[in-house]
Amino acid sequence: MVMMMMMVVMVVVSEASIVQQTCKETPDFNLCVSLLDSDPRSSSADTSGLALILVDKIKGLATKTLNEINGLYEKRPELKGALYECSQRYKTILNADVPEAIEAISKGVPKFAEDGVIDAGVEASACETGFNGKSPLTSLTKSMQNISNVTRAVVRLLL
Amino acid sequence: MASSDALLPISAREEDPLLSSLLDGSRSDPNPETPRGRRPFKGLLAVSFGLLFIAFYVALIATHDGSRSHDAKLESDGTATTTSRARLAGVSEKSNDRLWKLSGDRKAAAFAWNNSMLSWQRTAFHFQPEQNWMNDPNGPLFYKGWYHFFYQYNPNAAVWGDIVWGHAVSKDLIHWVHLPLAMVADQWYDANGVWTGSATFLDDGSIVMLYTGSTDKSVQVQNLAYPEDPNDPLLLNWVKFSGNPVLVPPPGILPKDFRDPTTAWKTSEGKWRITIGSKLNRTGISLVYDTTDFKTFEKLDTLLHRVPNTGMWECVDFYPVSMTAANGLDTSVNGPNVKHIVKASMDDTRIDHYAVGTYFDSNGTWIPDDPTIDVGMKASLRYDYGKFYASKTFYDQNKGRRILWGWIGESDSEAADVQKGWSSLQGIPRTVVLDTKTGKNLVQWPVEETKSLRLSNKKFDIEVGPGKVVPVDVDSATQLDIEAEFEINKESLDKILGDTSVAAEAEEFSCQTSGGSTVRGALGPFGFSVLADEKLSEQTPVYFYVAKGKDSKLKTFFCTDASRSSYANDVVKPIYGSSVPVLKGEKLTMRILVDHSIVEAFGQGGRTCITSRVYPTKAIYGAAKLFLFNNAVDATVTASFKVWQMNSAFIHPYSEDAVRALSRN
Repeated sequence: MVMMMMMVVMVVVSEASIVQQTCKETPDFNLCVSLLDSDPRSSSADTSGLALILVDKIKGLATKTLNEINGLYEKRPELKGALYECSQRYKTILNADVPEAIEAISKGVPKFAEDGVIDAGVEASACETGFNGKSPLTSLTKSMQNISNVTRAVVRLLL
Repeated sequence: MASSDALLPISAREEDPLLSSLLDGSRSDPNPETPRGRRPFKGLLAVSFGLLFIAFYVALIATHDGSRSHDAKLESDGTATTTSRARLAGVSEKSNDRLWKLSGDRKAAAFAWNNSMLSWQRTAFHFQPEQNWMNDPNGPLFYKGWYHFFYQYNPNAAVWGDIVWGHAVSKDLIHWVHLPLAMVADQWYDANGVWTGSATFLDDGSIVMLYTGSTDKSVQVQNLAYPEDPNDPLLLNWVKFSGNPVLVPPPGILPKDFRDPTTAWKTSEGKWRITIGSKLNRTGISLVYDTTDFKTFEKLDTLLHRVPNTGMWECVDFYPVSMTAANGLDTSVNGPNVKHIVKASMDDTRIDHYAVGTYFDSNGTWIPDDPTIDVGMKASLRYDYGKFYASKTFYDQNKGRRILWGWIGESDSEAADVQKGWSSLQGIPRTVVLDTKTGKNLVQWPVEETKSLRLSNKKFDIEVGPGKVVPVDVDSATQLDIEAEFEINKESLDKILGDTSVAAEAEEFSCQTSGGSTVRGALGPFGFSVLADEKLSEQTPVYFYVAKGKDSKLKTFFCTDASRSSYANDVVKPIYGSSVPVLKGEKLTMRILVDHSIVEAFGQGGRTCITSRVYPTKAIYGAAKLFLFNNAVDATVTASFKVWQMNSAFIHPYSEDAVRALSRN
């Protein structure tokens, strides 16, 4: 019986999906898999397609964070300066990093996508340090950094 | 553009409730095929499958490399945690302790760019468009009295995208006038991008341009274009050949691995030959094609060259260099006193590598003189040890020299690029020749015309004792040309060489990993600190580090340290450099061009070149100063140098009037 279970496990492992194979090459396998598996496109995507899905997640997170920032102006008026700086940073992610990454991946010059994706993490960090340790966005910042790292690793597979 | 260097530390991912909103719908079972009791009966078959899969699983584990780790690590900003290995004395170390805490500390004080800091960053005498994004140099050439420069340009944003060909002209490679776009993405075969290309002069003096187009289906193809009016010295308008594309990805080459055609050279059969970089799996290669008319090509079965594990080769360049003379050579020259250079831009690492070797015209192949430093290998030579990519040379028939252009990207955040409205520079154009003294490397030097920017100068002869920092009084210090000679005093040299207790550190030393300019050694570091404020709270040292090697030989390193260049925490602050050959009897020499946010350093007459991008927040405008320093523990150094103030090149924006006036010249 134990042998059967072992072999069953072997089957599962050896038939690793493209999602799993790809995610193994990233710094956070679990995050990568959960992001990709939540998107129906991932089952039929190649590496480029998976990279685009992840860039989409960056976009979604940036939008969500911007909304959060906008909501905080009223609740935390004392943070106005840092919040403004952050909104500029997250707008950069949406208006510069994401479009650049999408175009570069689609056209087969992934190095520009790598730059854009790395920058998403940089912008999130820069926003965070603006609060001098008292950030209301820390959780979102960490998410962006983690997703940026995972996405970068997938983009590097395209180089 | 900043890299992960500036990221906060990545903590292991905990269950993150916020992520669940990103995951549309419910979390699906990661593997819908999870077989629970799927095969209860096929005992024997299952056993053999099982053994096979065990072996497979073991193989999977064994081959999974540490690739997940390399991207998450923090890089050179970790200098904050480096402690001096040598004695802690000396002014320069102390005054920088405060800054280390600040720039290296992830929980640093809030920092925001203001327009004053950002507008200072724009250069005075380096080529850049009026606004927006630029990358690769394209089709440089000299024609009817004008140097032409084309470049990858985004007319719509300060990040890469929507690429078309920008254009500018100059009489002297320094003073430029912007012209209208030369080519835009108006055909199906370049609808997704008018990418990099090169010019060739035909026998009758006419110009053909080959460039990569990204088609409407994002396939990379090569296209032919030529000037609409050869009598127009400004070459304002270009015509694309009606039969484009002239080359499509050949069998075995993926549609997105085929770009950046070179200038053509004549074969002994009288045909034209070009090479185009690509890859086969992880092997970087350069394909070769022959043509007589640039419209139909025959692909050679042989490759110009290939190097395993180097990834995609972009912007390949191939050209002859003289083994004896100091002038450049036309791309078609071949002969006994000629070597050939193969250069490629490595997509994986964003580094331009080259190697010196021998070209065999009969089958279009090339082999390196030293296969241990073949193109793209870790130890292979680089044009530049800093920020420098997608470079391209051309033969300047006007002055008989080969000139090198290189794309210098930003090292700041894209938010700053968007705010300041531009991104990227070109390096100062450099002449390239073979180092006839060593025979093994190229030597580069800013073109002579750079001197036309020199204004007033001051000459200095200063003896700098160990641990000393000396302010250099030069008024303004943001646009400078510095030429310097250094000599370590003989007494110190002999003492160190003779003292067996002084360890030989040359084998372990590297600019990047040995802690930067404040780590003190027996015979260095010493050099200049540019873009420094009075308190040296921000500074960019450019220096030599002389290390004792085995057999009492000396090994010299030339480095640039941007780790304390700025208080900003969203810029990349690397330490760059390399060893530099110093031949018997030579003094140590360096030249530095400082032009706002770019610092170009040339060691030993251009044997080792380093380009850095720096973004000080305090050491700007009138607050930027120049210092001379010697951080050696015992040795005294004498520096003899000249510092010139550099004028602006007054690069002219495009206007119809300006162009009409130029056309009449």
